[in-house]
Amino acid sequence: MCDTCGCNVTPGNRRLIEIKGRLSVTPGDRMAIDVLQDLLRENDRQAWHNREHFDRHQVLAVNLMSSPGSGKTALLETTIEAIGHEFNIGVIEGDLETENDAQRIRAKGVPAIQITTGSACHLDAHMVHGALHQLDLENLDILFIENVGNLVCPASFDLGHHRNVTLLSVTEGDDKPAKYPVMFRAADAMLITKADLLPVLDDFKCANAERNLRNLANPAPVMEVSAKTRQGFNDWLTWLQRELQSYHQHLARGEKLCPKIQREGHDLHASAQASPAL
Amino acid sequence: MHELAVCQSIIEQVSRIAAEYQAQFVEKIHLQIGPLSGVEPELLESAFPIACANTAAAKAILVINKLPIRVRCDTCRSESEASASRLVCGVCGDWQTTLLSGGEMLLERVELLAEH
Repeated sequence: MCDTCGCNVTPGNRRLIEIKGRLSVTPGDRMAIDVLQDLLRENDRQAWHNREHFDRHQVLAVNLMSSPGSGKTALLETTIEAIGHEFNIGVIEGDLETENDAQRIRAKGVPAIQITTGSACHLDAHMVHGALHQLDLENLDILFIENVGNLVCPASFDLGHHRNVTLLSVTEGDDKPAKYPVMFRAADAMLITKADLLPVLDDFKCANAERNLRNLANPAPVMEVSAKTRQGFNDWLTWLQRELQSYHQHLARGEKLCPKIQREGHDLHASAQASPAL
Repeated sequence: MHELAVCQSIIEQVSRIAAEYQAQFVEKIHLQIGPLSGVEPELLESAFPIACANTAAAKAILVINKLPIRVRCDTCRSESEASASRLVCGVCGDWQTTLLSGGEMLLERVELLAEH
């Protein structure tokens, strides 16, 4: 749908289609230029810039991805209740429409910026850049970016964040990692949410969900949590605190922390394929 | 679903290269796409005409080089082909593998024409 109606044109990337290369006319022959650059180079450049912002202010940025309705906002509400007194948390909310999620987060006493994407199906680095300048990064420890509910597109766009957390609710089916491999391969942690419903959903097996994740060669921790009963929240909060610690250690060593799986850059594949003859 | 956004990024890069080489038209754009890039070649092809309209690449041909998924086993060190939803070692079956190819989403080469 997005490919024909043009709804993927987001406020962040609109300028890309408005650029028309100004070319000077000079006589000459055909030229073939070897490039080997990532197709989302402009987004990646902006993402790198965002990461610089986060690192300058020592803010761990966590990208939350899942299908719509799997409990991302509920996870954040309970997380804020549990550790909001200990850490300064900020939230960027991505949705097609409404301020609803940002209002739920603000009700917990935490700053939240809502990005409404119109009809775009993902956040990109330009949109996040616009939002992060509305936040007082100096006074934050952790920034959660709640991506648009979608198991496809958000996985392809680096936002400049440090960790990907993918949620899979027990009402969705334990084969989701096999059906959406690009998304789940990118997860640095997988949360099985709404775990309080497991006793009444006998067709969802956590072991199957974990096996499907491992089949993607992903060693990420799998945690069963319920934002309602706080079941499994110790594991989730411990993971978060360890990541925060590890992030600060990276910064102290002058290293960049990035999600474990990033799209392969040209360095990796520059010599992998012979170019077709002209 | 996000292939139009990817096409816009391609056009932006290609237009910049064409300007750099003072070319008037872009004749061909070669891409390398792996199944784990999250980009569908067929959707990219259908989105391309929308993105390239009124640019130097308006008449360009898009050539997509689809790359296979290959993994190397961290345990037995064998290299094998794999599928997107099953990246396990094709020899010993271990899931702890490293992706060698299949995640690419690259602008490989552009062919330019200075005068038409």
